[in-house]
Amino acid sequence: MRDGTTARILFAFYLLVLMLPIYWLLKMSLQTNTDIMSGLTLFPRHPTLDKYFEIFNDPTWVHAFGVSLSYVAINTVISVAVALPAAYAFNRYHFVGDKHLFFWLLTNLMAPAAVFAMPFFQLYYAVGLFDTIWAVVLAHCLFNVPLAVWILEGFVGGVPREIDETAAIDGYSFPRFFIRIFMPLIANGIGVTAFFCFMFSWVEQLLATTLTSSHALPFAAVMTRAYSVSGMDWSLLAAAGVLTMVPGAVVVWFVRNHIAKGFALGRV
Amino acid sequence: MTDKPVNNRAWFFVLPVLGFVLFSSIIPTMTVVNYSVQDTLGANSFFWNGDQWFRDLLNPATTIGARFNDALFRTLAFSLVCLLIEVPLGIAIALCAPRKGWAVGLSLVVVALPMLIPWNVVGTIWQIFTRADIGLFGAALTGMGLHYNVTQDAVSAWTTIVVIDVWHWTPLVILLSYAGLRAIPDAYYQAARIDGASRWAVFSKIELPKLQKVLVIAVLLRFMQTFMIYTEPFVVTGGGPGSATTFLSIDLDKIALGQVDLGNAAAMSLVYNLITLSVCWIFFTIMTQLERRRDV
Repeated sequence: MRDGTTARILFAFYLLVLMLPIYWLLKMSLQTNTDIMSGLTLFPRHPTLDKYFEIFNDPTWVHAFGVSLSYVAINTVISVAVALPAAYAFNRYHFVGDKHLFFWLLTNLMAPAAVFAMPFFQLYYAVGLFDTIWAVVLAHCLFNVPLAVWILEGFVGGVPREIDETAAIDGYSFPRFFIRIFMPLIANGIGVTAFFCFMFSWVEQLLATTLTSSHALPFAAVMTRAYSVSGMDWSLLAAAGVLTMVPGAVVVWFVRNHIAKGFALGRV
Repeated sequence: MTDKPVNNRAWFFVLPVLGFVLFSSIIPTMTVVNYSVQDTLGANSFFWNGDQWFRDLLNPATTIGARFNDALFRTLAFSLVCLLIEVPLGIAIALCAPRKGWAVGLSLVVVALPMLIPWNVVGTIWQIFTRADIGLFGAALTGMGLHYNVTQDAVSAWTTIVVIDVWHWTPLVILLSYAGLRAIPDAYYQAARIDGASRWAVFSKIELPKLQKVLVIAVLLRFMQTFMIYTEPFVVTGGGPGSATTFLSIDLDKIALGQVDLGNAAAMSLVYNLITLSVCWIFFTIMTQLERRRDV
């Protein structure tokens, strides 16, 4: 159908270029700091896993990793769960203010974090959520919920309305139809959306570090330890960086079939 | 796009979303609005300053106005360059990506990797990677005889930030386009083959129109993110050399956190927000109009 070989070579070349900086990070994580600074090498001269052990043996790092994972997971579940019915409503019905509301949601992705950090701190401090994972969960909903609505709306549009009508005629109640029939049909959309929510919550640092101090310190905040008075601990930072890629990679691996399957029912 | 039934009870479906988003948006936004009309002498003593911040900001004759103007055009240029590279590249790569077999899962994971790295680490990787003595990218460019120096040369600094952004975020366009491409039923391709359509015709008549909805999301997201770019220039170039890579958000941060000039920073961020909003609104309206016209 298409010129498969050229496409494959181009794609492989792209992957190679994309991997180079990541390889550099991996390489740095296996080197000592003196090794990193001493000159250009393609392979670590004395590979060592010291920095990884340093991270695994330190309860602060391990705890922070757990904290980050839990707020990201809770946020992803909440975002997708509340966005699903909303995406359905936006796609299927007209209601008062629907267009404005839909666009307003998007505007919440535009707030420059540097200015909003302080008001956020004041708000969550006032409601007593400061330094809990819930503060971060709710704060991340600000951009993840609108994003989820926007992406899911596109997928809901791919399901023909006849399916809703047929189910109603067959006597399905709305909640049963939604969970039993509709959600499996847009499983791929849910997979992609879940990945994006996971990703954006996982890499967001400014709000996550502003809203926590000790109990709920996220992984990214602990990373700042690498910048100490004695200079940068490049190798430690690199090892932590490599570890931060793991959970997301696992998530993609699980949703890969959803992304790749193709939704037989038509337009996105 | 057939007519949708009018049903105001659909509001109930939207209420949870509204609740979650409003909780985190309304009070912080009002706080910022509040800052923007006041001046402070420090230590929580604020006084009314009216629209003075806004007038200074929008008047290029003032210091702050000139600074804002420069940063604004720098940022717009940056967004435009990034979008022009990332969107076509992302679509092209998505078209080349494998569609079945073991390679699919692996490719998707690898493609997604850059997006999963926390932004300060992205900056750190490139800080090392672009150094001529210990980084591959810097060493390769210097080896080719190019004058490449991120901290001294404005062109190098600019190119580097663009390269970082392309590396970091093209995957978003790829993943969305890939998911969109997979949604096109095989029947369309079969019909095209029977008609003897060229590869280009298949792309422009079938694939591109079907991708429109995901591409709108991709372009809007990419525009907003590049327009607010902060961490990468902050870590890699620090906004320099001179002010070559001082984008709006870097300037904003210098004013808000560096000079603790909250009123000015708040006014600036509101104007900044309005600009982002207008650009997105215009783009979104044009795209929905186009879609409607095609469907009729």
